[in-house]
Amino acid sequence: MLRYATLRILGAIPTLLLVIAIAFLMVHSAPGGPFDRERVLAPEVERNIERAYHLDESLPEQFSRYLQGLLHGDLGPSYRYRDYTVAELIGGALPLSIRLGALAMALALVAGVSAGMVAALRKNTIIDRLVTGIAMIGISVPVFVIAPLMVLVFAVFLNWLPASWTGGNAANRMLMPVIALALPQIAYIARLTRASMINVMNSDFVRTARAQGLSTISIVRYHAIKPAMLPLLSYMGPAIAGVLTGSVVVEEVFGIPGVGQFFIRGALNRDYTLVLGITVFYATLVIFLNLIVDLLYGFLDPRIRGR
Amino acid sequence: MSLLEINELTIRYADTPEPVVKGLTLAVERGESIGIVGESGSGKTQSAMAIMGLLPANAQVSGTVHFDGTELTGAADHVLNQYRACRIAMVFQDPRTALNPYVRIGKQLRRILLEHKICGRAEANVRTLDMLNKVGLSDPERQFRAFPHELSGGMRQRVMIGAALIGEPDLLVADEPTTALDVTVQAQILSLVRRLHAETNSALLLITHDLGVVAGNCERVVVMDRGRLVEEGMTRGVFRDPASEKTRALLLAAPHIDSIVMSEPVSADTGPVLEIEDIAVSFKERRSKGGRSLHAVKPMSFSLQERETVAVVGESGSGKTSLARAILGLLPADGGQVCFLGKTLPAHIGARKNTVRRNLQMVFQDPLASLNPAMSVREIVMEPLRIHERGKKKAGLNNDVAVMLASVGLDPGLAGRYPHELSGGQAQRVAIARSLILKPKVLICDEAVAALDGTVQLEILKLLLAEQERSGLSLVFITHDLAVVRQISHRVLVMYMGRLCEIAKNESLFTRPRHPYAKALLSSVPVLDPDARPVDLPLAGEASSMLSPPTGCLFHPRCQHAVAACSESVPELIDCDGSLVACHRAAELDLGY
Repeated sequence: MLRYATLRILGAIPTLLLVIAIAFLMVHSAPGGPFDRERVLAPEVERNIERAYHLDESLPEQFSRYLQGLLHGDLGPSYRYRDYTVAELIGGALPLSIRLGALAMALALVAGVSAGMVAALRKNTIIDRLVTGIAMIGISVPVFVIAPLMVLVFAVFLNWLPASWTGGNAANRMLMPVIALALPQIAYIARLTRASMINVMNSDFVRTARAQGLSTISIVRYHAIKPAMLPLLSYMGPAIAGVLTGSVVVEEVFGIPGVGQFFIRGALNRDYTLVLGITVFYATLVIFLNLIVDLLYGFLDPRIRGR
Repeated sequence: MSLLEINELTIRYADTPEPVVKGLTLAVERGESIGIVGESGSGKTQSAMAIMGLLPANAQVSGTVHFDGTELTGAADHVLNQYRACRIAMVFQDPRTALNPYVRIGKQLRRILLEHKICGRAEANVRTLDMLNKVGLSDPERQFRAFPHELSGGMRQRVMIGAALIGEPDLLVADEPTTALDVTVQAQILSLVRRLHAETNSALLLITHDLGVVAGNCERVVVMDRGRLVEEGMTRGVFRDPASEKTRALLLAAPHIDSIVMSEPVSADTGPVLEIEDIAVSFKERRSKGGRSLHAVKPMSFSLQERETVAVVGESGSGKTSLARAILGLLPADGGQVCFLGKTLPAHIGARKNTVRRNLQMVFQDPLASLNPAMSVREIVMEPLRIHERGKKKAGLNNDVAVMLASVGLDPGLAGRYPHELSGGQAQRVAIARSLILKPKVLICDEAVAALDGTVQLEILKLLLAEQERSGLSLVFITHDLAVVRQISHRVLVMYMGRLCEIAKNESLFTRPRHPYAKALLSSVPVLDPDARPVDLPLAGEASSMLSPPTGCLFHPRCQHAVAACSESVPELIDCDGSLVACHRAAELDLGY
């Protein structure tokens, strides 16, 4: 197990390097630079700024300087928010983004698993059709359509909830962003749970349990729930990645001052280090969480555990 | 009033033209043992499912099933649940899938007691341990906490039987309880079922395709054919004097130790086609688990004459399949060599010439799994020709395929079908046609008839023997079924844990086995005679771990004739009246059968 974990961690390094390299290249190949303005700067000033931020060096030199910084946990200074480092910016916005993401994940799991279970146990009934139908919509309609629509309906027409982060109280201004962020995940998880539950309920050992006179509730509780939830666990990695990327859109739509908003601002301002820093941070997070999911999987399946 | 009364039971599915069970009427008395026999598709399992109320939702059931006076067909689940486990319990065919792999064994048994509120948690624990002990698990405390995959197939089936009996039912329905198990383990499980049936006074309804199993275990027998009951009576009477045509056919086709030997003798003057010298196969364990070697096949030698059939027998895990694959070069051999017509072959199939490869062909166990589902029968049978006889005209190929299909007894109209449209027997004929179309000198059959019904099995065996007679084909026939061995082989190789125990002529092995393991295998086979009392526990225990094999003779921990020398040195193969036997006591023991 330990050996497996070590190998997985070491295996993540090349992936991470590749992500950094591609992000670095893409940011640098975008036209214009962080200090281009309408007003032309004096050449000496421009040169001084470039030297201060090492923009006068060649790309490989800049890249290796960036990597060396990363080794010390230094994501570099922000080009736009002059007094802050990228790490400070992320650190400041992170708690809010984490709260949003965690609430969305929790909602997605509870709602998705319940809907999937009910659909599986009531297979081919109206309830099942309803769940699978709604899930299909949840998967096909992107967040950037759902979120503004929600604002339109619940904030503008019905006036139930605040339209953005500046209005309402701490609880109700979180409600719409969390739901918007969770919706696609609820849909995926419901479909996954339904399929895996139906599969397990058709297995030989459930037939045995039925022959032993166990009620459906007992069968689900003592026999079916664990094997049915295992495939869900391996979806947690992609789900987390989905919530992270979704949060970029949701934070922008609802005006939430989280990491995602910094990411978009950074991209629009050509704030190289900020965009790169957030990319690297998110990539590390996704890889790390995927690793935890994999290890957990091995731990929960008794047939893999011993190896 | 009988315990169970089935009246005019008919089960029909919307997507099948015929009902799967047609008007079955049957009564089971308290405490009796009754067997239901029939081939696959005869409706025996469907009938059992109807008794348990476990038929799928789309089954249309008419007729009645009364248990102790209560109507069970159409009863609601909460009513059925009062009967399941406490009054009627069931043992399923495959113990590998019938137990929940995620739940500890003790908990699965205990749940039954708790669900039916038979007793409290503390007593449920005691009763569960007690039951595990009763079904012959040596260390109940440890087995209680074990997960199913930690136990062998035989052990798991013991657990299944324990789970069925823990609610003290009045009727035990066992659906092919030993079909997935080795013959020696089958003997152990059947002996356990007999003992528990006698002790508990519950009635036993045993469903099987194996008439030998019925003969030794059931007082009464019911024969089913295509959904109908065709014969019913006391086992002895039915076996002696079968009234229906189907029963007679089943009895004739039933492979048993006293089967008629069908193979023609080999003429002595032909040279060996295949010579195997000191071939060995081993697998390396992963380094993280200790990096030990598993010797699947220990160095062994034998030869194969033209027109000869050599059978290879042994329990699962004895190395039969590894041996076959090593001969074909599909698996890297550790050492030794394979000579074909006097020439030594490269160990790996990729290095062998096409002329050699076409002469060594193989037929696999599961006919459906070994046929490409995306290819039609014609394409499957033609494929070897496309590879080995390039440049042949399309018309010629089509003609060859048609001739081949006809010679394995397949309707030429089947050529356009795809594998999933074939029955098991037809699929195996296609597989055989595919391997014979190259006119090989040697055909290796790895459990080629194990998945087939008795009558179909017999047809396939006859087909292979006819081909042998016609073309001089040599056969290596790998099987766990000694009755098949008796029917078709000239010589027999008995393997145990990768080592040769005995090489003997068909006649000598079955009349005078020399190795105690060969003898145990023979006595494990159910006998087709209802008067012959089955031998209780011809072979106790299970094979030792291949990763830490015992010293000396590998069989000595289970051998009732073992002496001190057996655990000290490995017995060499010695000649005993023409049989080669690897046993220290071969000369002195008299194991006459």
